[in-house]
Amino acid sequence: MSEPEKAITDDNLERCLAGLTKDRIKKAIDQVLKKESGARLKAYVETCVHCGLCSEACHVYLSKDNNPIYSPAGKVKRTIWEMIRKNGDVSPEFIKEASIIASTECNACKRCAMYCPFGIDVAYLMLTVRRICHLCGMTPMYIQDTAHSHAVTMNQMWVKDDEWIDTLQWQEEEAQDEMSNLRIPLDKEGAEIMYSVIGPEPKFQAYLIYNMAIIFNTVGADWTMPSTPGWDNSDMAMYTGDNEIMGRVKREHFDTAAKLKVKRIVMGECGHAFRSVYDMGNRWLSWRLPPIPIVHAIDYYYEILKTGKLKIKEKYKKSVTLHDPCNVIRGGGLAEKSRYVANALCENVIEMNPNREHNFCCNAGGGVINCGPPFKDKRVLSNRVKADQIKATGAEVLISPCHNCHSGLEDINHHYKCGVEIKFFSEIIYEIMEKPGE
Amino acid sequence: MHTLYNFVSGPLAWISFLVFIGGCLYKIYNLITLAQQKESFIFSIMSVKYGLRSIGHWLTPFGTVNMKKNPVMTIVTFAFHLCLFITPIFLLAHVILWDESFSLSWWSLPESIADIFTVVVIAGCCYFLYRRLTDPTVRYLTTASDFVLLAIVAAPFITGFLAYHQLFNYQLIMILHVLSGELMLVAIPFTRLSHMIYSPFTRAYIGSEFGGIRHARDW
Repeated sequence: MSEPEKAITDDNLERCLAGLTKDRIKKAIDQVLKKESGARLKAYVETCVHCGLCSEACHVYLSKDNNPIYSPAGKVKRTIWEMIRKNGDVSPEFIKEASIIASTECNACKRCAMYCPFGIDVAYLMLTVRRICHLCGMTPMYIQDTAHSHAVTMNQMWVKDDEWIDTLQWQEEEAQDEMSNLRIPLDKEGAEIMYSVIGPEPKFQAYLIYNMAIIFNTVGADWTMPSTPGWDNSDMAMYTGDNEIMGRVKREHFDTAAKLKVKRIVMGECGHAFRSVYDMGNRWLSWRLPPIPIVHAIDYYYEILKTGKLKIKEKYKKSVTLHDPCNVIRGGGLAEKSRYVANALCENVIEMNPNREHNFCCNAGGGVINCGPPFKDKRVLSNRVKADQIKATGAEVLISPCHNCHSGLEDINHHYKCGVEIKFFSEIIYEIMEKPGE
Repeated sequence: MHTLYNFVSGPLAWISFLVFIGGCLYKIYNLITLAQQKESFIFSIMSVKYGLRSIGHWLTPFGTVNMKKNPVMTIVTFAFHLCLFITPIFLLAHVILWDESFSLSWWSLPESIADIFTVVVIAGCCYFLYRRLTDPTVRYLTTASDFVLLAIVAAPFITGFLAYHQLFNYQLIMILHVLSGELMLVAIPFTRLSHMIYSPFTRAYIGSEFGGIRHARDW
């Protein structure tokens, strides 16, 4: 049985509810459903035969004791079908509810697209609902604040320009204690690699930049990091439906790489950022694929392990299991490379079930964890299946090569007492790699 | 009665076939122009290879993870859809009608097999109805239109079965059979039965997106 949830209050939703008019709602719905959307929306809505075969794909549905309202089609019924049926004539309360459904009950992980016989993309429909809610101003407070940060600073965490440079130089100095000739080269024009991270890394996970600096310096990479806005590859505006800001943020990112004349962008272990540069942001800017090749950290580790540039002293001893973040595995096809890296680093890799494209979502991604503390309990209680899946492996360590997954899995680990240590690949690499002069 | 039969099997049949074919073509045209206007990136993603790969997997019984998870539904769905297509096209009585009217003739099913196929379609409809009423998730998603659609699909087969076995008033049943068949044809482009037209496109699109961009399986 799933545990009962407490009532949730989100300040921004309440504030918006007080001022939202039916006129504005109608305008927003017409704008999105009639002007912005096209063939996909039409085909998806007219094709769905209400068979419910998508249900078993959804971790929320499964964790909530197969409650029909949480099935992917159930969430569509509670949002977009109703908006279409009533031709946009819905109440502010309805929009508030729709915002909660689309922003906190769906991670846009697209697992259900693999279960629908017609391949209906419910994640796309939920992002369409978020877009409508965005135009009504009805977006949960914490993620809206993040989108504001993107708009103002071009990064996710209100990191100031000087703080960014300061953080990089601080990590460089720290790492020089360990490797005296180590550099974090800033704005090196013509470097092969621009390394990009998400806002939370300089804000409170600077050790990840440290790890990566050690790795790059050890393998002798020709790399650089930009000192200017555009360094952040993350994008929560993509998840609030604020496509305009998403476009601005991605343009800045690609422009920064173009100005530095790098050959490719290597990015840290983040999933949603990969989606924003590889799937959604680039497409908003009319590129089928990113204008500059994007290499996810998993792919980069694969490359330096396979070519022997990165050597390890001794394989990691503890038993590990591997989480498959939706945006890089189902979204970027890195399932086998991720396994290659895990097996190259660790002695004992235990597969969780289901795995690869079929792995269960962390229930943090898709902007859900970014909706913040008001929705934390709900988020954890809606992903019991993940906890069961992790426990069944009996592994000591859970590798999660994605920031959102990582944070969400920590909460699940804590609540359900799974008893695993959760790590990024880079933490394991740092621990067992051969460093020069050792 | 005889005049009525001539009317439904004559002019009305012409009209329903025209509406069916015209409606389907219009729907496809509409979908493609809409994609061109609003989501032209779709054309850059669409791939023959990955589209067909996806359609192939989903046309293979038990070719996907979800089909294995729902074995009964898989068997019923495949049997239902196969019989739904094959029976009306290869039924001897229908082939004779085509031959008499247009001198077009093709292979036909043995009558006993056609009879069994008809029962399979009706049984499939009964299973779908049962599933709609008893499975809480499906029930939650169900609207009145779902029952109407089931009835529209079942009617030509029920009346066809009755007509073949000459149960009840043969002439009346025949008229109802022709009428319900025409109703189904007309309903296809304009109701959710249009999944017949749209599904190859939605499947091919998601297959192309998964295959060409996401490098992942979609089955």
